[in-house]
Amino acid sequence: MASSVSAAAKASAAFTHKKELAAATAPAPTQHRAGTGRRTKACRVRAVASPARAPRAPASTGSVKTAMTMTEKILARASERAGLEPGENVWVDVDVLMTHDVCGPGTIGIFKKEFGEDAKVWNREKVVIIPDHYIFTSDERANRNVDILRDFCMEQNIKYFYDIKDLSNFKANPDYKGVCHVALAQEGHCRPGEVLLGTDSHTCNAGAFGQFATGIGNTDAGFVLGTGKALLKVPPTIRFVLDGEMPPYLLAKDLILQIIGEISVSGATYKSMEFVGSTVESLNMEERMTLCNMVIEAGGKNGVVPADETTFKYLEGKTSVDYEPVYSDAQARFFSDYQFDVSKLEPVVAKPHSPDNRALARECKDVKIDRVYIGSCTGGKTEDFLAAAKVFLASGKKVKVPTFLVPATQKVWMDVYSLPVPGSGGKTCSQIFEEAGCDTPASPSCGACLGGPRDTYARMNEPMVCVSTTNRNFPGRMGHKEGQIYLASPYTAAASALTGYVTDPRDFLM
Amino acid sequence: MAAAAPSVVATTAGASTAVLSPRPAPTSAFLRRTHVTSHRHPTLKCRRAGPLTPAAAAAAAAGGSSPSSAVFHGEAFVVGDNIDTDQIIPAEHLTLVPSKPDEYRKLGSFAFAGLPSAAYPTPFVAPGEESTRYAVIVGGANFGCGSSREHAPVALGAAGARAVVAESYARIFFRNSVATGEVYPLELADAGAWKECKTGDVVTVDLGNSVFINHTSGKEYKLKPIGDAGPVIEAGGIFAYARKTGMIASKAAA
Repeated sequence: MASSVSAAAKASAAFTHKKELAAATAPAPTQHRAGTGRRTKACRVRAVASPARAPRAPASTGSVKTAMTMTEKILARASERAGLEPGENVWVDVDVLMTHDVCGPGTIGIFKKEFGEDAKVWNREKVVIIPDHYIFTSDERANRNVDILRDFCMEQNIKYFYDIKDLSNFKANPDYKGVCHVALAQEGHCRPGEVLLGTDSHTCNAGAFGQFATGIGNTDAGFVLGTGKALLKVPPTIRFVLDGEMPPYLLAKDLILQIIGEISVSGATYKSMEFVGSTVESLNMEERMTLCNMVIEAGGKNGVVPADETTFKYLEGKTSVDYEPVYSDAQARFFSDYQFDVSKLEPVVAKPHSPDNRALARECKDVKIDRVYIGSCTGGKTEDFLAAAKVFLASGKKVKVPTFLVPATQKVWMDVYSLPVPGSGGKTCSQIFEEAGCDTPASPSCGACLGGPRDTYARMNEPMVCVSTTNRNFPGRMGHKEGQIYLASPYTAAASALTGYVTDPRDFLM
Repeated sequence: MAAAAPSVVATTAGASTAVLSPRPAPTSAFLRRTHVTSHRHPTLKCRRAGPLTPAAAAAAAAGGSSPSSAVFHGEAFVVGDNIDTDQIIPAEHLTLVPSKPDEYRKLGSFAFAGLPSAAYPTPFVAPGEESTRYAVIVGGANFGCGSSREHAPVALGAAGARAVVAESYARIFFRNSVATGEVYPLELADAGAWKECKTGDVVTVDLGNSVFINHTSGKEYKLKPIGDAGPVIEAGGIFAYARKTGMIASKAAA
């Protein structure tokens, strides 16, 4: 670790010298730099983000030679290169490898086959194993897969294994978290400037922290387990500048559905998506996660949001690992630029059967629905439930269709049952949901978002129409091949639950 | 990954026809294909993407300097744009662990089980079967989008498909196909081929000449060279390739 830290410091020294992209593009002040700021001007240095650094070699402290985007810089640092270009293939050192119960057993199988039965993982503290997909099921093979993870973690002495043994009561499992991407953030594994690989396509969620994070397959993950390295192609970056005040009826989900509708489900294939602008700066961490979570739905390799005070504050107390954020250079070359005036946008949905099948929520007001689902890595975070509760509270009415609530993690579940909803006179989300007639919030897991075993809670076993805060609406995604899924924000989902039709949340929020 | 192949690969369509001319009539080729299918081992281990016909052997010999010279011949299974991994292998089957041989086989039997039956009345794997009769999958743009599940290329390979011929691929599916060596993810040089093909058409994929031939319609399409990824798939995936080429020790530690 020591050598890689100094190498990282060396590589990044070159980057801190010039003006940053965000400052150059966004009209609002964006000098949120911290941490590495020793060579930059006017930055507030926070203790949490300004760790002690190994001294730098004089040769490494020269001016910027190659202007790079944030993603390029992270990969340059991780590959100990002074500069690199999109399209280059580089070996990077992986900071965190995450796997779960669906892909973990296969990854472990490949690791054992290729490196030997007695092989050890490259670093027991950098492997994070999170059972979350198929937990609350009587499916024997699914249960066995969690056992495989446990055996491996015991054998390898894996430091971060969020185990569950008592399936009848998730609260009896203090280590159990729930949905991996949200758990990674909540447990401090998402850190600016680092490389996170996971055997799940929504690993890109962690880009919200200014981390390079992307999904890989079992074979690549098996290789990383043994070596700590991965061969990655440097993606060109598409920049999305989101400016303007966020209207009170919009959420980050509307923004990303808007963007995917704009560029299509393959518009960012092999590319990085960088989100900047005053709107992005105003978003809290969970909303930034929603943005980055769905870059894969545009084909993106990763998404990034520049780390700022919001990021550093979120990370306070969550990690003791030193990290060093990096930012795009003002002269960095972007593959293309998109600008959005967020104040003019309206609530949108993605109609069946593609995340880019965008429509205004109000255009779909005649679509009768059978159920609403609020949950998943995309739409099952604390802020998502607070948003839904806000709509139920504003309406004071009861839902007209079954409304399923699956908190992403144990922490989110606790928040749903304990945090007072603003303007409610101290009521919790759970109380508001109960008054509105929703189903009782279920045990935290990926749940029905991807179908899963037949007995999964809220799985679509009939060809129904569902408004969902999840991320994909491909045929069969939530269980039934003829099911129809409308992807929407928690506001729109809650509003739709109240009417039984796809509904613009302005009907209740204004 | 997609580095250009040596120029020797870029032969003309005429040349490829010459190479392919000794090919037997489609019906007998089917028998051969079936024969080869029975050779496939239901494990993750490297499968030989070897020549299937005497013509292929000739092509391999002639194109010695070309990185990938395999020829696949058989029936095509045709799908459209944006075929996502949920349609390739629905999530309810992801409890199957691909590195376990019996579960690997089972994954194959569920390949393309997620395709809506209305749009795709012919199943990729016939009910009760473990493998498919279709050697080649023909698709549109963005094939394999969605999840990172390696079960997707594994299911196709386990079912017996050898190559996917599509307009473009989602990144993770492409990478997983190469890393596992399960199927060749081949890109068509031009758009629209899948609209001119239908399931059951007799086709040939000729890697050495980078062409895809539909014998039923009589049309021929240029493929983008598979480049450096070809030998990796041919070896049976990244680990097998790395061992074969001496990048890593030839045998796993005991």
